[in-house]
Amino acid sequence: MAGSNPNAKPMNLTLKVWRQKNRDAQGNIVDYQVRDISPDMSFLEMLDVLNEDLLRQGQEPVAFDHDCREGICGSCNLFINGRAHGPEPGTTTCQLHMRKFSDGDTITIEPWRAEAFPVNKDLSVDRSAFDRIIQAGGYVSVNTGGVPDANEIPIPKSIADQAFDAATCIGCGACVAACKNASAMLFVSAKVSQLALLPQGQVERKTRVENMIAQMDKEGFGACTNIGSCAAECPVGISLENIAILNREFLAAKATSNNLA
Amino acid sequence: MSWLSNALTSSIGRKIIMAVTGLFLCSFLVVHLVGNLQLFKNDGGAAFNIYSHFMGTNPIIRTLEFGLLFGFGFHIYEAFVLTGKNRKARGSQGYVANHIEQNSPWQSRNMGLLGTIILVFLLVHLYNFFYRARFGDLDPDINNNDDLYTLVVSSFHQWWYVLLYVLAQVALCYHLIHGFKSAFQSLGLTHRKYTPFVTYLGYAFSVLVCAGFAAMPLYFFFLQ
Repeated sequence: MAGSNPNAKPMNLTLKVWRQKNRDAQGNIVDYQVRDISPDMSFLEMLDVLNEDLLRQGQEPVAFDHDCREGICGSCNLFINGRAHGPEPGTTTCQLHMRKFSDGDTITIEPWRAEAFPVNKDLSVDRSAFDRIIQAGGYVSVNTGGVPDANEIPIPKSIADQAFDAATCIGCGACVAACKNASAMLFVSAKVSQLALLPQGQVERKTRVENMIAQMDKEGFGACTNIGSCAAECPVGISLENIAILNREFLAAKATSNNLA
Repeated sequence: MSWLSNALTSSIGRKIIMAVTGLFLCSFLVVHLVGNLQLFKNDGGAAFNIYSHFMGTNPIIRTLEFGLLFGFGFHIYEAFVLTGKNRKARGSQGYVANHIEQNSPWQSRNMGLLGTIILVFLLVHLYNFFYRARFGDLDPDINNNDDLYTLVVSSFHQWWYVLLYVLAQVALCYHLIHGFKSAFQSLGLTHRKYTPFVTYLGYAFSVLVCAGFAAMPLYFFFLQ
């Protein structure tokens, strides 16, 4: 099998997992032992093994968010050993492999923490605040009718690249989870700068940043203090420069938009 | 004008106030440092006392003093408001294990602590020099100016006072290392051509200004 190491020895691990019955319940850390974990497993597969064990024992499995398991969807969201998506840079939880851990390790697994991200159950977190921020302005107007020709609107390569880099945000929320202030600025800035850089985003350029920031504040996210934890933990490498772009987009919009409120 | 108050009380608006007042206070540091360099002139304090008399009586300087008061006031006020909001946003349930030290610099996470040290220093400093120069009764020097120089020299011969000053300058240095470049980021003043320069300038500014201020108590304590 490609990529697997036939000499890798299975591992026994101690997991400290946050268990919480529902949104209103008091949660706590529960210790579990998992045995014979292959180093080729992903972190989520290791949790699957734990859940199969728990089901066999007639216990409630650990709830955690996941979907594509290939680093694209932004569903997985675990705070592993004190780091968002674990200690590996540029990696989502689903792409984190057990070979990054050693036999006998104790691993602490917690949900994202933020006032705006309430815990649904165990490690599963409600991130619908992000959806509401996108609904407030993270879109562009498109004319109905025939499909336009590709490359009809000229966009310099460097601008297209910069916009694309911002567009790679998968909305996982690691930026909020890692931030000392639980600020969502990196997430918001990725969408605002992506659309502000492109000609298609010009129609809503001012209202977009005004509305998205208003919604972000309303959801109860904190304010950025330029610490840089968000960009350091971002699995797709969204740069802090986007926050600077967001700040000047906001300043320019507030100074020149026709919105008097 | 509700749009303006809404803008300035939003999360980004408050950051912008922090940035603008912070850079304004940086400009004050330069003026304060350059003026105080006259302490090093070996003339028994004549030049320094002329300078302090000018600073205490010139109507333009006295007007700008209110600007400085507002600068400090807004910077400190916004720091308290933002810290409160950010704590609330973080939520009541913290992480059991959190290794934030692995992804961010210490001074960036502790601007409130550093700022509080600077504030305590500022209050002591204002009471000892500003209050006594403005409202106290200092003896006149040979030019019949208030002899603030003698008060400075005697203050800087007390070891605990020198220690407080040097520690405060270390705190200020770390505060500026984060604050200087952070202000440009908050104002959106970034560009791949200029941001590396701003970063280096921030380091140089922080170290040079704070070393300059710290040199004054150390000079009088050890050399005078």
